[in-house]
Amino acid sequence: MPYRPDEPSWLVRAGAFAGLAFMHVPVFIIILYAFTTDDRTYGFPPPGLTLHWFEVAFARSDIWQSLTLSLLVGFCATLIALILGTLAAFALARAKFPAKDSLTVLFVMPIALPGIITGIALLAAMKTWRVEPSVLTIICGHATFCIVIVYNNVIARLRRLPANWVEASMDLGADGLQTFRYVLLPQVATAFLAGGMLAFALSFDEIIVTIFTAGKERTLPIWFFNELFRPRDRPVTNVVAVIVIAVTLVPIVLAYYFTRPDDEHETAR
Amino acid sequence: MRAASTFFYRRPYWYLALLLVPPLLWFGTVYLGSLFTLLAQSFYKIDDFTAQIVRDPTLDTYQQLVTQPANLDIVKRTVFMAICVTIACAIIALPIATYMARYARGRVKAFFYVGVMLPMWTSYLVKIYAWRLLLAKEGIVAWCFGKLGLAGLLDTLLETPGVGGPSLSSSYLGMFIVFVYMWLPFMILPMAAALERVPGSLIQASADLGARPSQTFRNVVLPLAIPGIAAGSVFTFSLTLGDYIIPSVVGAPGYFIGMMVYVQQGTAGNIPLAAAFSVVPILLIFIYLSAAKRFGAFDAL
Amino acid sequence: MVSSAIEFKNVSRVYGEVRAVDDVSFAIESGEFFAMLGPSGSGKTSCLRLVAGFDSPGSGQVLLDGADVSGVPPYERNVNTVFQDYALFPHMTVLENVAYGPRVRGVSAGERATRARAMLELVQLGALGERRPAQLSGGQRQRVALARALINRPKVLLLDEPLGALDLKLREEMQIELKSLQKKLGITFVYVTHDQGEALSMADRVAVFNKGRVEQLAAPRELYLRPATAFVARFVGSANVADAKLAARFAGWDGEAFAIRAENVTVQGENLPASTDVVSAAGSVIAVQFHGAGSRWQVQLDAGEVWSAWVPDARSPADLAVGARVRLSWPRSAAVPLASSGN
Repeated sequence: MPYRPDEPSWLVRAGAFAGLAFMHVPVFIIILYAFTTDDRTYGFPPPGLTLHWFEVAFARSDIWQSLTLSLLVGFCATLIALILGTLAAFALARAKFPAKDSLTVLFVMPIALPGIITGIALLAAMKTWRVEPSVLTIICGHATFCIVIVYNNVIARLRRLPANWVEASMDLGADGLQTFRYVLLPQVATAFLAGGMLAFALSFDEIIVTIFTAGKERTLPIWFFNELFRPRDRPVTNVVAVIVIAVTLVPIVLAYYFTRPDDEHETAR
Repeated sequence: MRAASTFFYRRPYWYLALLLVPPLLWFGTVYLGSLFTLLAQSFYKIDDFTAQIVRDPTLDTYQQLVTQPANLDIVKRTVFMAICVTIACAIIALPIATYMARYARGRVKAFFYVGVMLPMWTSYLVKIYAWRLLLAKEGIVAWCFGKLGLAGLLDTLLETPGVGGPSLSSSYLGMFIVFVYMWLPFMILPMAAALERVPGSLIQASADLGARPSQTFRNVVLPLAIPGIAAGSVFTFSLTLGDYIIPSVVGAPGYFIGMMVYVQQGTAGNIPLAAAFSVVPILLIFIYLSAAKRFGAFDAL
Repeated sequence: MVSSAIEFKNVSRVYGEVRAVDDVSFAIESGEFFAMLGPSGSGKTSCLRLVAGFDSPGSGQVLLDGADVSGVPPYERNVNTVFQDYALFPHMTVLENVAYGPRVRGVSAGERATRARAMLELVQLGALGERRPAQLSGGQRQRVALARALINRPKVLLLDEPLGALDLKLREEMQIELKSLQKKLGITFVYVTHDQGEALSMADRVAVFNKGRVEQLAAPRELYLRPATAFVARFVGSANVADAKLAARFAGWDGEAFAIRAENVTVQGENLPASTDVVSAAGSVIAVQFHGAGSRWQVQLDAGEVWSAWVPDARSPADLAVGARVRLSWPRSAAVPLASSGN
């Protein structure tokens, strides 16, 4: 056999493609099921295809209410996260000061610890301080882990920027604000946007923390979770699943586009 | 503006404070405040007669947690599942990460990265729901087994005690499959990142010194990928440990830590016990993190 | 009295345990081409950063034009820098990079474009204004960095190993160009390098740094001919150095520490009679490296150290080879006595 270091063995290749297929099949199946004419079982293959369930779903006011609530929560949580996450990233990217390491750990804890910890902690705090669950408490919970997403994106980009760009800018006569506007902002803008997109997608889909902070409010994931135990409206659930996939897909693809590594900041030094 | 810039330039700590105070206020009050409240709650207990929380510091709740065999079973079951899921994820992720990091080029490479990112970010609930459909008694997986003439094998699996159940969607085996599916991308990405960093010259050097490709992989590539695997395992382990949605949607009747927290705070109304139970995964994760650190998990993140 | 362009007064800068700059005092005159020479970690770049304002001294004062500049931010100093890796902004075109200084100083768009084009002409890159830095070669980027730093008409230009990333031929061209540019503009150049050839060929005066201190500050010729310390002798002239102990063992020398450059050392067979008025030492040849114009002979002295002799091709002793017993000798007048400090 000739020595070809650039060619994988058939085992690696088969494992890779099989693994990738494994990751995608469930998503395709759920999309397929949204069009099935079968409204009673999970039977496969579907006996026929129809768009009827989309009509039914769009006519349901409870779905619209949950969708609007989820969008509202997503926007508010993302806005808070963009401001606070970016501030934290700028503070911790370069500066050296005591307690910096502890702060770095603190700012990733909501993601590093299981979501249920954040959820039950917020609930315990709400019960202790007699805060009634509401839209605001949902937003607070979401913002806490969305901050981490924005922080991670922005700080990763800031750390990739050579330290001497700021020095070069100041050397040429730009003060801190001008340096931020002309040098840092153009470099960080896409990471900032990507962080916001991912934060929104995460919030839109969040259930683990939300269950603890929502009270009677029903975000779309909570609506969806309840439906899982009430199989009566299964075809409508399938349609909502497709809508959720579509709404989260857009920001994810945009975020990927914003952070593609092949743009020009990489090559120039 | 320039005066302000110069003011902060000369006082870098003031500038830092200006940036740090808002996020720190948020984290200090909302997040850390809640965590400490939770921790405090775990040292209270529920009065057995009035079902009211008794606000005197006590270790009774922890004692209850540790002494009741049912609770210990829950912890053991959860940790065992987390370990199995982590190992399975590492095995399945290895060829994917190797292929995308070492062999794929250009478009194929981008395709693989997008192909791993998309399912990772696809709605968590929708993916669980999809698996409920796939694993149902009359679902696709059972249908495939039937078509392949392997229905008997599936039945044997489902009859195995400790693994099976009435259908895949209500068995530990089904739950295991869903966990592996859900956390697989969290293993692939750090592993691929670690493999990407192995310089090509090392592979050539190994071949030059007489190693076959399989030997090179085992002796050179794999050891250098260990930090990535360790980093990925932190995710798979910690995510499995804390999850309560998957065991309640897909799975057998036995409780998991996350479900226990959820049930204790909800229907049982026993926040102190829920709080004590939520300290368990935190402890376990810290133990796991300190072990993962030895394998260089943090260098790979 | 006219004050120096730059003056260091007992400046120290400590990072953790490391004394990067250790009680340094010197002055750089206006219009001078001044080189700071030393190995990496010797404190030369730290000094440069103190002048640029990227860092502040822990103690002592840095004066620009006679005024203490502690607390003055870089953007309020009339000093500009050419960075080692150029630090061009990748999201701006070449022209925008060069026009950046006037832009942040509020110069109108039309005027700053005119000035930037003129600067690009000066560094012979007139046609490349619309390109991005990533599309340029290393040498071209270097010129853009130069144009960008000069457009503000600074009193002092700081150059931090500006030619380090270029290949040999380009580096020699740029040396000549930089020197003539400096003459033409009359600006003070402060040039940091670890390459003694670069420092000697371009600078009016050279400060040799070692371990955060200035070992010697002198014109290139004097530095080469009269090194003050063993460190300077080795680093600048790659000379052979004898400390007091070793020197005492040489016949015809009174025992003081001294340096002798390799090209002043003659190699001859051990048995040939030594001429008068020379110092000499016996040893065996351990290596002969051919360098074209001549050869470098490495000789293990019987007294202990390995010394080298530079022998022009025409005078190469044909009968001697590796392993041969030889005598090294040099005129007494060529040996440079060294101060006791340094190593």
